[in-house]
Amino acid sequence: MSDSATLGQLPLPVEPDYLRFERTVWSWLTTTDHKRIAILFAVVITLFFFMGGAAITLVRLELVSPEGHLLTSDTYNKLFSFHGIVMVWFFLVPSIPNTLGIFLVPLMIGASDLAFPRLNLFSWYLTVAAGACTVYALIAGGVDTGWTFYTPFSTLFSNTHVFAAALGVFLVGFSTIATGVNIIATVHMLRCPGMAWFRLPLFVWAMYATSIVIVLATPVLAISLLLVMAERWLGLPIFDPARGGDPILFQHLFWFYSHPAVYIMVLPAMGVVSEIIPAFARRRIFGYTFMVYAILGISGIGFFVWGHHMFVSGMSAYTALIFSFLSFIIAVPSAIKVFNWTFSLYRGQIAFDAPMLYALGFVGLFTTGGLSGLFLAAIPVDVQVTDTYFVVAHFHYIMVGGSVSALFGGLHFWWPKVTGKMYPESWARFAAILMYFGFNLTFAPQFIAGYLGMPRRYHTYPPEFQIYNVMSSSGAAILAAAYLLPLGYLAWSLFFARTAPSNPWDATGLEWSTTSPPPHKNFSVQPRVVRPPYEYHPEGHSAEVGPPSYQREQELLQ
Amino acid sequence: MSYFSPDTASTLAQRIDVIFLGLLALSGAILLLVFCLVVGFSIRYRRGSPAPRGPMPALVSREFEIGWTSATLFLFVFLFWWGVSIEITAFVPPNDAIDVQVVAKQWMWKTLHANGAREINELHVPVGVPVRLAMRSQDVIHSFFVPAFRLKQDVVPGQVHEAWFQATKTGVFHLLCAEYCGTDHSRMRGRIVVMPPDDYAAWLSAQPEGDDLAKDGAQLFVERGCSGCHAPSSRVHAPSLAGLYGRSVALSDGRTVPADEAYLRDSILQPRKDVVAGYEPIMPSFSGRLSEGEIQSLVAYIRSLAKESRP
Repeated sequence: MSDSATLGQLPLPVEPDYLRFERTVWSWLTTTDHKRIAILFAVVITLFFFMGGAAITLVRLELVSPEGHLLTSDTYNKLFSFHGIVMVWFFLVPSIPNTLGIFLVPLMIGASDLAFPRLNLFSWYLTVAAGACTVYALIAGGVDTGWTFYTPFSTLFSNTHVFAAALGVFLVGFSTIATGVNIIATVHMLRCPGMAWFRLPLFVWAMYATSIVIVLATPVLAISLLLVMAERWLGLPIFDPARGGDPILFQHLFWFYSHPAVYIMVLPAMGVVSEIIPAFARRRIFGYTFMVYAILGISGIGFFVWGHHMFVSGMSAYTALIFSFLSFIIAVPSAIKVFNWTFSLYRGQIAFDAPMLYALGFVGLFTTGGLSGLFLAAIPVDVQVTDTYFVVAHFHYIMVGGSVSALFGGLHFWWPKVTGKMYPESWARFAAILMYFGFNLTFAPQFIAGYLGMPRRYHTYPPEFQIYNVMSSSGAAILAAAYLLPLGYLAWSLFFARTAPSNPWDATGLEWSTTSPPPHKNFSVQPRVVRPPYEYHPEGHSAEVGPPSYQREQELLQ
Repeated sequence: MSYFSPDTASTLAQRIDVIFLGLLALSGAILLLVFCLVVGFSIRYRRGSPAPRGPMPALVSREFEIGWTSATLFLFVFLFWWGVSIEITAFVPPNDAIDVQVVAKQWMWKTLHANGAREINELHVPVGVPVRLAMRSQDVIHSFFVPAFRLKQDVVPGQVHEAWFQATKTGVFHLLCAEYCGTDHSRMRGRIVVMPPDDYAAWLSAQPEGDDLAKDGAQLFVERGCSGCHAPSSRVHAPSLAGLYGRSVALSDGRTVPADEAYLRDSILQPRKDVVAGYEPIMPSFSGRLSEGEIQSLVAYIRSLAKESRP
């Protein structure tokens, strides 16, 4: 590794790739290779994704009828609570950071691993232990507090397994923090020569900003859950109003974490999309520096808007004003990003492979979700739609339409790099389009139902809302099929698909300069970076077809 | 209710709908713009299309970014201002409002009229008259939600929440609990019946004679020993309560607070929180010794003292 080489002329490694480096199960369970740990995380997260999905499938089935004949109210409440807890903390928060994030960050900055490889493995075991707690809570009888654990219901009134569920979330929070610390240290310390801050791919910037939010916000979640456990188990008077406690204190603590958590879930998705769009439009990303500042702006302002979850909780009018103002302001950097993605298509050479379809779908769905957020920032309108299906639709547009679309986009984009196999393109395009339409059919009607006044977390509901629920449930059936499809064809591709070249998309970025899959230590020589990211064409030009110009120049020299 | 818009049955609802429709038009326009640009670019600049590429125009970069950043910033600040412009004034109920007490509990709404009439999961009100709600919860957090009035207010245990509305339409409207409160959260529903004033008066007088809240309170005031100190004849140095309600009270720490329901309630349960200037903090706490209903009655009694003493 004493040699160094610049991107585009890296010699391809000849050693066995990381998947074949060692072959025993034990070697997987004790690995410190960031790529293998990413695979371990992917397995666990996929499991939780389908568990959370199964729970909500029953819920959507139940909601077809306004009177709810299929489940009891308690079962219904436990199912949506399980869905929320699992999807937020065991799927969405770790989804991109702990799979694509820890797989790609070292590759993208030219490092051989994360800064703390053993902490990385520890983080996975912590997730497994935390998941076991949560699954225990389900098997033992479930928890019915919703994912928000609002007091005093969660501490004094619920007769379900709140303690085990809260403990699970408490533990998985530390796993998230461990990953955050790891990525921050890695980006600071392990960038290869020439990889200046403003040469970092936007995915790395997004992961870096996400990690900072994780490290600052997650401890507050741990504190609030610890207080819930203390009141519930030790009887400490913290939130009980009869003994001088304040139930609203919990909401402040919870949303001080949970609003930044929205950005923990969506910033990595923005990073993924910022990699995919340039690669398939053959364009430099429009306004790279503005994109970086937008990421940092979102993660900073994101800490000061939590109060907009509490406009109807009895907050003073002046406090509400400040939170409303800041909530409008945080929409500005998001809007900048949307415009920049859109203008990155201008004068491009756009190809519509599956990752690009997911990325374009992300732009549309994220924009819809973001704009619906303006309604929630405007206090008088928020009063009508908060705690209704409008909010449910809003955050699913951001987190499922946005983050999950981006996750699937990234999964297809880097699938050749991760597995060394090409996925079947037609199937993948079909799944991407199906997911887009299934998603919209599921969640667009919920905007209307919510505005009309259908509250969330309702087991039974007034019959005039039935039409929207039927539409939503049929959309959910399509969506379920669209999520199951990739499971099938991606698994198929592992065994039967053609072998992937090192750089199937002719993309820029260090990860494409090593073999697919990469060797155990990622690169055979120390990479050196001499140009900004996304250099698909010379500055001031527009898109060209084929490999980036600097790669072609080197091919001519050889 | 039509398929796309809820009933508009309160004065506030009409004003909020203007903002809602404005936001809808604006965000629809932005979404359409983004959609057209993405689809337009995707078609025009699809790989291998004959559209000219060539060198990028010089303008397309910094100026563009700064331009649309400031445009969105101004737009969003304007939206903020527009949204809050009705919010501040909407908070304070008019003086001539009818008073209704609301108690939320798992899983029902209890409403009490000033004359003692009680209802469960129902509230009868006259059209065109402001109604002021004072709401309490006996257990967990609930939320009083009337979609047709665009009214939603969480009811947090340990606090008194005030809300008000003025119905503009007669009819029957949903009352829903909007904050998840346990097993039968979705069955914690009721009806708001808005009647013409004459019908309302007839309905009210036909209700079984419940004890007037203030009368209940007067009895409790003696039974629980409040009168031992607060009666005018008492020798204990305690503030008189006549005319107290609605006045500003100077406190011993220099603050001044309005003597509203929340203040009275706090003073009964946590007497040391807001000590009146010139008095010793000698009153014991009644926390745990009075039910929510009894506190309501006591507060109603103290309010009735205010009415009598005013000219």
